[in-house]
Amino acid sequence: MRAFNSINGLVVPIDRSNVDTDAIIPKQFLKSIRRTGFGPNLFDAWRYLDEGQPEQDNARRPLNPDFVLNQARYQGAEILLARENFGCGSSREHAPWALEDFGIRVLIAPSYADIFFNNCFKNGLLPIVLPETVVDGLFHEVLTQAGYRLHVDLQQQRVVTPSGVQHEFVVEEFRKYCLLNGLDEIGLTLRHADQIRAYETLRAQQEPWIFGVRS
Amino acid sequence: MTPLTLYEKLWRTHVVRQESDGTALIYIDRHLVHEVTSPQAFEGLRLAGRSLWRKNSILATADHNTPTTQQTVIADPVSRLQVDTLDANCARYGLTEFPMGDHRQGIVHVIGPEQGATLPGMTVVCGDSHTSTHGAFAALAFGIGTSEVEHVMATQTLVARPSKTLRVQVDGQLPLGVTAKDVALAIIAKIGTAGGTGHAIEFAGEAIRGLSMEGRMTLCNMAIEAGARAGMVAVDQTTLDYLRDRPFAPRGGEWDLAQAYWRTLHSDEGALFDREVVLDAGAIEPLVTWGTSPEMVVAVGGRVPDPALEPDLTRREGMLRALGYMDLSANMPMTDIWIDKVFIGSCTNSRIEDLRAAAAVLEGRRIAPNIKLALAVPGSGLVKRAAEAEGLDRIFMAAGFEWRNPGCSMCLGMNDDRLSAGERCASTSNRNFEGRQGTGGRTHLVSPQMAAAAAVAGHFVDVRDYLPHHQRTA
Ligand code: SF4
Repeated sequence: MRAFNSINGLVVPIDRSNVDTDAIIPKQFLKSIRRTGFGPNLFDAWRYLDEGQPEQDNARRPLNPDFVLNQARYQGAEILLARENFGCGSSREHAPWALEDFGIRVLIAPSYADIFFNNCFKNGLLPIVLPETVVDGLFHEVLTQAGYRLHVDLQQQRVVTPSGVQHEFVVEEFRKYCLLNGLDEIGLTLRHADQIRAYETLRAQQEPWIFGVRS
Repeated sequence: MTPLTLYEKLWRTHVVRQESDGTALIYIDRHLVHEVTSPQAFEGLRLAGRSLWRKNSILATADHNTPTTQQTVIADPVSRLQVDTLDANCARYGLTEFPMGDHRQGIVHVIGPEQGATLPGMTVVCGDSHTSTHGAFAALAFGIGTSEVEHVMATQTLVARPSKTLRVQVDGQLPLGVTAKDVALAIIAKIGTAGGTGHAIEFAGEAIRGLSMEGRMTLCNMAIEAGARAGMVAVDQTTLDYLRDRPFAPRGGEWDLAQAYWRTLHSDEGALFDREVVLDAGAIEPLVTWGTSPEMVVAVGGRVPDPALEPDLTRREGMLRALGYMDLSANMPMTDIWIDKVFIGSCTNSRIEDLRAAAAVLEGRRIAPNIKLALAVPGSGLVKRAAEAEGLDRIFMAAGFEWRNPGCSMCLGMNDDRLSAGERCASTSNRNFEGRQGTGGRTHLVSPQMAAAAAVAGHFVDVRDYLPHHQRTA
């Protein structure tokens, strides 16, 4: 996993609430058996005017000029500003894969769906929760100031606006540690292998049917 | 002793290691696997040179990409590769799989309980958000992403933090024609699609105890549509009767032991929940969604809501966008909405009881001429067999429905069953998101009997006018 420390990134606003994972990456792209290459199909149904298919040459497809990701001022954005309950719907990790592949490193929203929120951390994405009024203010600023950037510092747990206003955010210690160091969670867990085995032995005495081989 | 909620009991039993930051390593008892969210996890294991921690915790099946017209070939090469990859991974690691064509194959959330692979007191995970379904058995069941699938495969655990608890109590009895699906939609209408975020929901109350296991599964299935990763129902006699003699369930002395333990799986008297919501079952009506989120729902006798009356600006915009996408106008009666297709299936409503309920409405009737396609898709090969043994297939076909093979089918357009742009569908599935059933398709979520009645009328109607006579007078 790619480590994350801080960025000073261009912000793209997606001004809708309840953006679901079907919108972030539509179902036809879930057929891939790979983890990469989803970026061109991020928000596919909103971004293009035709219906996208896997393994297609996306460069030749007609773009929807009204969709923010296609507007010149947002090209190269690394921070996605969103509304409440972002990432609701299915558990597909293809959603953070698509965001990451597209180049997004940070999300800022008042709230996220639980599974999506978790999935972000496993893929080097930082989903930041800020109060609704703060997010509202950021939307206003990004829409009125071309080239709007935010400075996001994970170590300090701070978002800093161009005018120097600081917004602190909360992040779980363990997740912060993994993200800062780009650490693989499985490797960390396997350090406790003995403890897991001891747990199994105990549980097997109480609920043997969980461990029995049956078919 | 402090009284505990069901969730707290399940959580405590599964903590392997408590961390100081509030997270814990929790043990996973059952891991269900399907073709869409597993290939990258298997690949990750392989690349890291890791082995599977406990193979017999896994039950795998292909469901999302499988065709429903036949079970021999998948025409789309991309879909085929995904299913072949699952087969190859299962063979390589020696996992229990019900592949396409096996009579036990089906939607992962239908076959887990059907096989008794989902049991009370278990933690159950799957790379699929509707894993909440299995909570109907007083299991702690929730969907995970692919990285977590890999984590469970390699360590049999997950790093998690306890959820808050929400009790949704549904008092009284459900009126005739009102089903678990309507209860689920009514709850989502009340608390919103983010209402359960961060919470595990326990469904309780007289109306819930009165539900069959099928109904409880429908309800828990849609907990995720209320934002909750997990939904659950306490163990009672209904739970035990359902599980007895299932292939993966314990037998003999072990069954007795298990049963005694499972009976403790309920919230204690006086247990405290972080939140409680109460609904009156008698006030719930057959519901239909009008928009592109499950919370956009009204009674079938009602009208499409008017965005002009919504004070919140973001919400109003969302309503306007939904009406545009759905091609509906404010204030029109729901019964004036004509449909093109009907889909009875999905992990929400494809079990035997759902098919029986729909067939009871269809018996002796025909679908309306404007219906281009009506699909009945059993949730598993075993459900299909059971339905055929009862003659339900003949009722569906006589009414003009197509009787298909098990799979996710038109719940999401990953296989051949989907909506074309502009088509409108009465669907028993769980998500009415834009494009979910096919790009540009319009989905209205309903119960199986409401879908059947809509198929007969050609537009939405109140199923209570279509119930078979003996049910109406019952
Ligand atoms: S039936 Fe639909 S919701 Fe259920 S697992 Fe399949 S695709 Fe997902």
